[in-house]
Amino acid sequence: MELMYALVIGTLTATGVYLLLRGRTFPVVLGLTMLSYGVNLFLFSTGRLVAGQQPIIGSSDTYTDPLPQALVLTAIVIGFAMTAFVVVMSLRSLADHGDDHVDGSQGDDSQAENKHRKEGSGQ
Amino acid sequence: MNHWLTAPILIPLIGAIVQTFMGYAPISLRRTLAVATTLLLLASTLVLLAMADDGSYRVYAFGNWQPPFGIVLVLDRLAALMLVITSILALFCHLFSLGGSDEGNRQFHTLFLFQLMGLNIAFLTGDLFNLFVAFEVLLIASYGLLMHGGGTVRTVPGLHYVVLNLIGSAVFLISVGMIYSVTGTLNMADLAVKVREVSGENLQIVKAGGMMLLVVFALKAALLPLCFWLPKAYATATAPVAALFAVMTKVGVYAIIRVYLLIFGDAAGPVANLGMDWVFPLALITLAMGVIGALGADNFRSLFAWQVIISVGTLLAPIALGSSASLSAALFYMISTTWTVAGLFLVADLVASQRGTALDRIVTAPKMRHRTFLSVLYLLGVLAAAGLPPLSGFLGKVLILNSVEPGPQMAWLWSVLLVGSFLSLIVYSRAGSIVFWRTVDGHLEKPESLKRVTSLAATGLIAMSIVIVALASPINRYTEATADQLLNPESYIQILDTTMVGEDT
Repeated sequence: MELMYALVIGTLTATGVYLLLRGRTFPVVLGLTMLSYGVNLFLFSTGRLVAGQQPIIGSSDTYTDPLPQALVLTAIVIGFAMTAFVVVMSLRSLADHGDDHVDGSQGDDSQAENKHRKEGSGQ
Repeated sequence: MNHWLTAPILIPLIGAIVQTFMGYAPISLRRTLAVATTLLLLASTLVLLAMADDGSYRVYAFGNWQPPFGIVLVLDRLAALMLVITSILALFCHLFSLGGSDEGNRQFHTLFLFQLMGLNIAFLTGDLFNLFVAFEVLLIASYGLLMHGGGTVRTVPGLHYVVLNLIGSAVFLISVGMIYSVTGTLNMADLAVKVREVSGENLQIVKAGGMMLLVVFALKAALLPLCFWLPKAYATATAPVAALFAVMTKVGVYAIIRVYLLIFGDAAGPVANLGMDWVFPLALITLAMGVIGALGADNFRSLFAWQVIISVGTLLAPIALGSSASLSAALFYMISTTWTVAGLFLVADLVASQRGTALDRIVTAPKMRHRTFLSVLYLLGVLAAAGLPPLSGFLGKVLILNSVEPGPQMAWLWSVLLVGSFLSLIVYSRAGSIVFWRTVDGHLEKPESLKRVTSLAATGLIAMSIVIVALASPINRYTEATADQLLNPESYIQILDTTMVGEDT
């Protein structure tokens, strides 16, 4: 189970990072979502993976840690709100510039500036 | 248990909730209530400062849960100092926004107060995960504030800012998870105890988690190479928002001081002073980078945005050295630089309002109507920012230079800081002489008169650098006591033994 779980987290995170590096806002939003899925699963695993046990000490020989579950819930709520916000921001950027490039536009006249911005945002 | 500790969180929270439902109320009523909230916040933080000055730790445990099991708020000298810096800055920014920049969005005051709430939670919390939540609260308010006032120019820097900070949050969660998986606690005092006992293969996990945490805080503090989002975002924001954001980078600096002195301090055994050997050179390069950016700035606001980066470098270099004297000097400089740079952002907006289409760009333009008044404000502001006597920036920099012990670190810090200050002085005198002295003939069609409330707010913030000089001796005593308190994590750890309400002693 541990190997499977680790592979899923790794795949989600790698996909997320790859998509984050794309030049258009839609893949970036998807990348953020993937990354937050990977992070949530990772947080869940920090209490160790235990199957079929209660989150109460003393009720049985082993128990599952309830705190990471609370952390994941908080992270999911915050991540959901932030994703909604970043979708609105990308739509606004699309409406303002008529282009869904992360730097607003890719026009020839502003290519030099775009390049400069990209270097800045890519950090 | 001390219920006063919740005041800096509850006051802006209640104020913001009231504002949320008053979107269609007359603007004068909204403004009165909003400024009254900020005034009340200032009063409560001053009470907390007076309380914290006796050097003991005060704890508020949510739901009366004994730490480390529940979330705690902890008040010490550093937290009280940060609260007062923020609330004084917030009051002047809020007054400035009454001059008209709060129009155009019905929820400006709501967002402003929620931002203050997030900042105050971040300063007071004694829990690592709660710190993450505080960051998210202040960030989501700051996203709204950054976009406030509209205009297509803000969407792209705003989008970059949001995406970068979301990635930062993801990294924060991963590092918190790594530290929790080994230590089994998230309370900072308990972490300081548990981290010492970590050994074997777990040590590497804690180290990796601690370093990733440093990356997150460096992103908030705008330390090189994570600082390139800042100039565009700050330079396009509305003036009171940009001024309030002067404290946002200081939140990152605060988090570095708090976490790396308490959890990864000298006593932390194998992970003692984790990452600090990275912070010192990076801070100096950040300082140099900020000066280079300022040399290339073509308008006042991006010039002052680069000044924010310069001050981050100046702050983090002595903090990384970690001696009591350098820490105290950094805190003194932090008070001065936060207010000064914020005041300069406000002055830049006043200048822009007087110059028609030239705005705040560093070009010749028709003479301003209130040139004398604005040029005096600019002069005082940049003297304090560049660190010339007799203003507060000079005292801060002298304290920093004095605090370094002789050695290669002293050579690096002295040369970078002094050459940087000299170059920024050249930048400021060049910009000031073009904007204020080299005017062309002719006049604007409808020269706008300055509003009283905005001039008052800008003057107030700039004048704070004179106030700091006047009160230098008590402030220095306070920062020295703060540094001593920070370097003695054992007393912080004792908050774990706080007696709860209704518990037999």
